[in-house]
Amino acid sequence: MTLIKTTYNRRSFLKTTTLAGGGMMLGFSWLASCNPTPEEVLSMPEEWFEINGFLKIGENGLVTIMSPNPEIGQNVKTSMPMIVAEELDVNWDNVIVEQAPLNTDIFTRQLAGGSQSIRQGWQALRMAGASARRMLMEAAAQAWQVPVGEITTEAGVLHHKNSGKSAGYGEMASAAASIPVPEEVQLKEVRDFKIIGTPRRNVDGLKIVTGQPLFGLDYRREGMLIAMIAHPPAFGLKLKLVDGSAAKAMPGIRDVFTIKTYDEGYEKQWCDTSAFTELAVVVGNTTWEVMNAKKALRLEWEPIPEISEDVTQFGGNKKDIKTPAGLEDSNTHAAKMAEMGAKAAKAVRKDGDPEAAFRNAAKVIERSYSAPFLAHNCMEPMNFFAHVTADKAELVGPVQTPEFMEKSAAARLGLPLEKIDIQMTRQGGGFGRRLYGHFLVEAAVISQKMNAPVKLVYSREDDMTFGAYRPAYHATYRAALDADNRLIAFHVRAGGIPESPLAANRFPAGAVDNYLAEEWSLDSNITVGAFRAPRSNFIAGAEQSFLDEVAEAAGKDPIAFRLELLERARTNPVGENNDYEAARYAGVLELLREKSGWEQPQPGVHRGVAAYFCHNSYVAQVVDIAMENGSPVIRKVHAAVDCGIVVNPLAAANLSEGGIVDGIGHALYSALAFREGAPEQNNFDKYHLIRHNEAPKAIEVHFVKNEIDPTGLGEPLNPPVVGALANALYRATGKRFYEQPFLAGKPVLG
Amino acid sequence: MAIFNLTINGKKQQVDVDPSTPVLWVLRDHLNLAGTKYGCGIAQCGACTIHLEGVAMRSCMLPVSLVGNQSITTIEGLSEDGSHPVQQAWLEHDVAQCGYCQAGQIMNAAALLKANPNPSDAEIEAAMSGNICRCGTYTRIRAAIKTAAAG
Ligand code: FES
Ligand code: FES
Repeated sequence: MTLIKTTYNRRSFLKTTTLAGGGMMLGFSWLASCNPTPEEVLSMPEEWFEINGFLKIGENGLVTIMSPNPEIGQNVKTSMPMIVAEELDVNWDNVIVEQAPLNTDIFTRQLAGGSQSIRQGWQALRMAGASARRMLMEAAAQAWQVPVGEITTEAGVLHHKNSGKSAGYGEMASAAASIPVPEEVQLKEVRDFKIIGTPRRNVDGLKIVTGQPLFGLDYRREGMLIAMIAHPPAFGLKLKLVDGSAAKAMPGIRDVFTIKTYDEGYEKQWCDTSAFTELAVVVGNTTWEVMNAKKALRLEWEPIPEISEDVTQFGGNKKDIKTPAGLEDSNTHAAKMAEMGAKAAKAVRKDGDPEAAFRNAAKVIERSYSAPFLAHNCMEPMNFFAHVTADKAELVGPVQTPEFMEKSAAARLGLPLEKIDIQMTRQGGGFGRRLYGHFLVEAAVISQKMNAPVKLVYSREDDMTFGAYRPAYHATYRAALDADNRLIAFHVRAGGIPESPLAANRFPAGAVDNYLAEEWSLDSNITVGAFRAPRSNFIAGAEQSFLDEVAEAAGKDPIAFRLELLERARTNPVGENNDYEAARYAGVLELLREKSGWEQPQPGVHRGVAAYFCHNSYVAQVVDIAMENGSPVIRKVHAAVDCGIVVNPLAAANLSEGGIVDGIGHALYSALAFREGAPEQNNFDKYHLIRHNEAPKAIEVHFVKNEIDPTGLGEPLNPPVVGALANALYRATGKRFYEQPFLAGKPVLG
Repeated sequence: MAIFNLTINGKKQQVDVDPSTPVLWVLRDHLNLAGTKYGCGIAQCGACTIHLEGVAMRSCMLPVSLVGNQSITTIEGLSEDGSHPVQQAWLEHDVAQCGYCQAGQIMNAAALLKANPNPSDAEIEAAMSGNICRCGTYTRIRAAIKTAAAG
């Protein structure tokens, strides 16, 4: 057993409410869905006893576990409670899961981002379960007058062996609720896990397949109005004039006006990103009426001036962000990026003497890679419900950053933080888009103005053309081989609009004697943000495609070539701060080599391999392509993953498959192009998202078994697959792919 | 505005709406049936799929005035309790990630299996490619359709 102090945010373990009479649901229950459905559980307890902020136990032994983090499809609503249930030692079938509202007093980091929910929640969740178990044991020890050390638990039952006494958790819950929070608790050994590491289905599964109103867009309230916004058609423009008279006269329309999302002089946080902070708003009774009235708006725009503003970054530092004036264009972007890639940039890391090594090389290989802006395209467009009254704001909907957006809303509404109540619905995808919650503030401002409950709804077009996009990226690589085909120097120069994707301390840094990493960036008025596996989603594919060419030039097998470099990094690393463990990196490649049958080629199957480390996890992948009627078909993707302990293998496999499909889809088909500042794609007829017929026919994911604390899984699967895909395409077609999307111009099938 | 008498999930419903209102918004805004989803509004993503006389149909571009006497089935009416073989197969394969697209996927798959109880891989692809899943659950959807077909 591991003994740990319960110091981690001790407030989490304090009771949040005093106990009251029967059937108490603490006001949380309806959040499991947007509608209360306690009748779905056959026998609800008469009374709930809150043991700590994470869980309550009914007198009949049923346990309710709060899922603290936003659920965007990464399945934390199932896997986070599994961790609590494990340490509590209960039968999973007796657990009900509820989505917790934003409550910074109880929970830490109620954020969906960076693949960190499980990693950062791990200790707190275990402690919540373990301390509750301990309190139940102490309650039993007092009741039976025996030493607590002699009490054992099993699947929700307390036992005392010597006296033969036993009791269900429900019987001791009332007494346990008044036991002081223990100073230290014992955590289980990994080998004793009964729930963690076993496949558990999505706790919302039945509600999803029966169409229950789980999502933000499904939320409704008596007397609720519908609002939609109109924003400038292009980045670099702002609202000048609104004539809403025709729109206002249309049936079902309540009002037309303009709003400012943020006050003059408000100092933005990183997640306040929004290109259009002055908007036209149409409010009416129903969505269709508002959609129609929007078309009748007469709007005029004008160019924005150049802006420079201080923005508080994630972590608290301030950064001066420059927004240039002008209407930008993808062709100009491409030319500028190529120009930047051709000249020296800011050196971020240098080992050895790369210049000399390149001069003395037997062979030098140089290649450039690029990728376009991408829209997140969550299936559920941005939306939020708000009901703002004079002294309170009730905000309900899908957002990845509730604890940050609470501050933005409080500042804008002029209400203290404790008067802002944010509740999270299930979210129809996140991918980073819902980190930027301007729509929450917009909804609040509209509700305040209308003095009514309002649901703000973005049309797909609004969603796609008012984004916080994946930046456009570019990278140039050079490699030097000596006469024995050893890699003696490696040079990467990476940049983008408006940020560089460089990760200077990642592989192959540390594996090559002479190494140079440079970065550059170009300002833009096109708003960008985190997009599933930020930066890695491009740089991994570029680097892994390049290494494939280097291996080929060296006449080496691509897996053997990488393993050789990793061996160097493991035994005799070059430089400092190498941001990966070479042994675990090599581990996934070795597992993949075995599981994919890499050494037994199949006729007609063309294979590419890649491996990457990001979000604290290691992933290696092989893509198998066959040519059918002259077109590449992805037969199978094999993946080997080291993300430490896998909490829920079923969900982990699903999420991994999703990452793979996501990475392949965007690399092959997707792009958001700009002309005169305006996105050329505004819906799925023009924006090509991967579809059934284009998806891999099979995906096989293998997890490394170890006892390392769990790390990220929502993101690390999609970066390397882009490289494996490009490498497989090369073997299938004889052509290297440098510019994403690889199959640009392929017609969209609707 | 005009009165329309509709049969939805076996129940008669009356709505007073503009005749151009798509069935999607009649369901979601007027009848409190939010299982049918809005994804694109231009018949490109399949999130809004319903059954019209048992045939899969995108409801976002279907004006309520064109429904006439045809019966509508939505995800809420596919079965009372999630017992339809396609819903059961979806649970068995734990298909959903975010879950937003799945009502449309299930409605389309159910209509496919009704018309073709034993579809080949190619037939599944042809029938399902109009339904986008941004989370990328395509391989699970295919497996679930096969399970439902076999069951
Ligand atoms: S919402 Fe109807 S097809 Fe997309
Ligand atoms: S499960 Fe999220 S869009 Fe399909």
